[in-house]
Amino acid sequence: MTSILKVNGLTKQFGGLVAVNDVSFDVQPNEILSVIGPNGAGKSTIFKLISSFLRPTRGEVLFQGERISGLAPHIVARKGVVRTFQETTIFKGLTARDSVIVAHHLRSRASLIGYYFETGLARRDEEAFGSSSDEILEFLGLGEVKNEIASNLPHGHLRALGIAIGLAANPQVLLLDEPFAGMNHEETRRAVELVRAVRERGVTVLLVEHDMAAVMKISDRIVVINFGSKIAEGAPAQIQKNDRVIEAYLGVEDQSIGL
Amino acid sequence: MFRPLRLAALAVFVLVVFLAVPLAIKAAGRTDFYYTLSSVALLAIASSGVWLMFHIGRINIGQGAFALMGGYVSAILVTSAGFSFWLSLPLAGLFCAAVSILIGLPILRLRGVYFAMVTLVLTEVARLLALALPITNGAKGITSIPAPGAIGAFGVTLVPAFDTFAERNLAFYYLSTIMMTLCFAALYRLVHSRIGKLFVAMQQNEELASSMGINVPAMRILAYAISSFLGGLAGAIFIAIAQSIYPSSFTVNDSVNFMLNCFVGGLGHVFGPMLGTLVLYFGWDLLFAIGQYQLLIYSGVMVLLMLVLPNGLLSIRLPSRRGARK
Ligand SMILES: Nc1ncnc2c1ncn2[C@@H]1O[C@H](COP(=O)(O)OP(=O)(O)O)[C@@H](O)[C@H]1O
Ligand SMILES: [Mg+2]
Repeated sequence: MTSILKVNGLTKQFGGLVAVNDVSFDVQPNEILSVIGPNGAGKSTIFKLISSFLRPTRGEVLFQGERISGLAPHIVARKGVVRTFQETTIFKGLTARDSVIVAHHLRSRASLIGYYFETGLARRDEEAFGSSSDEILEFLGLGEVKNEIASNLPHGHLRALGIAIGLAANPQVLLLDEPFAGMNHEETRRAVELVRAVRERGVTVLLVEHDMAAVMKISDRIVVINFGSKIAEGAPAQIQKNDRVIEAYLGVEDQSIGL
Repeated sequence: MFRPLRLAALAVFVLVVFLAVPLAIKAAGRTDFYYTLSSVALLAIASSGVWLMFHIGRINIGQGAFALMGGYVSAILVTSAGFSFWLSLPLAGLFCAAVSILIGLPILRLRGVYFAMVTLVLTEVARLLALALPITNGAKGITSIPAPGAIGAFGVTLVPAFDTFAERNLAFYYLSTIMMTLCFAALYRLVHSRIGKLFVAMQQNEELASSMGINVPAMRILAYAISSFLGGLAGAIFIAIAQSIYPSSFTVNDSVNFMLNCFVGGLGHVFGPMLGTLVLYFGWDLLFAIGQYQLLIYSGVMVLLMLVLPNGLLSIRLPSRRGARK
């Protein structure tokens, strides 16, 4: 099988700190691949490098065989690699629905001037975005709250909205950075179903997540990062048995690997 | 797209600005108000550009630079190159837009206070340039700029030369208020189109916007170019009224005021800067009577306003308006 995304010897230095050190892995089409590791291991940095928000110090990322490192983030998004954020995943002053409508940007066919003068094409775009947004919001269980201002939504809904925004961009590869953070057990269970459903739509999902139980349940494969380096890669069952992984996690007191 | 309520508001606006006010001024014999209100209209145009920058999340305290630049471009084109004022007007705006694209490329990457500080410096840079460049005639400025000539097409005079008006300032009043109406209508459309939504998305979260494929740097430049175009346009008409321009015609003070106008009127609504300019302009004039405490009281009122009404005067909404929003 040819991989959809190839990470080759990716290295990122911040001054003297090597946040990501010679990391390589492949992502297969339509799989759910999780990147795990202790806090500060470099997971978010890897996502920022893949989505081209950061330039690698060395190494490169290939999407469908084409180098995407060094391109502007909006170009990378246009190619189909879209990232949601660990910190703020939403446009907090917009309604949920407007956020998702805005996120349809890549599907616009009308030009900006077209939108200004509301040409027929622009109106058809707006209608299509509206109904697609409704569909996505419904799909993610946000139908009821779609006209609420995003910042008023509870935590679980916010994460779902983050995923909705990501989906609206119609990505081939969706990078989700800690989508379950701050969720309770029930919310996480629902969110895991959502991520599975997203994959069913044909999207390849890359996930950074701390909730080990969820990661083990959802992932096809897992890449483990410690101090910026990859220390293991494999199916959940293999990772749970891996000595280096257990060691890395035992070094951090309040982490559990869900064994 | 016109709902009845909006149409009614527009009709009232047009009747007041283009009919009632001129009639009232005439009846009261206070023709100096033509000049005052023209100034308000032009300052509102310049402020609307600053407002657009607020809309994408940038505090622009450099609009004075573009007002000055627009004024000089028009003045130079009219006096040295023999251009008609009417042609110089869009050219002044376009020149400012072009310059703002060049300046914007590096500085629009800055956010928050950093962007604000750099733009604050711009006005001073523009003043120093006007002093130093040969084409702007240094401190002596450019004087005796002829009034706008006639506009005609196919032998029909559409707008007579301004010198032929008995009340020249009435002509300028109409020019300024018509331009203001057009600019705000265009801006209203912009903000309520999908472009406006993209701008708000950028204001909220630039990184997320670019990861949705929005070309954030280009959109920022677009907003800044429109903002500067409006500044240049307003400056050019101002200079046509004054018939002279000096390096100090627009200063840092003006730049700060353009920003304050937006604050006072409200950042949440396109018409905020229009209301804010009106209120602040007359508020300032009223305070003249108080003399030495003018600045103190002015500042006090401003601070109070921002505390009590952080979203400006237009945040006082009638209940029915709130219900009408979707
Ligand atoms: N922009 C930056 N500048 C300097 N250091 C950074 C920057 N971003 C991340 N780091 C550092 O890189 C390391 C990895 O961070 P990060 O990728 O956020 O970790 P994780 O997501 O795995 O918790 C941390 O030590 C962090 O402090
Ligand atoms: Mg992280």
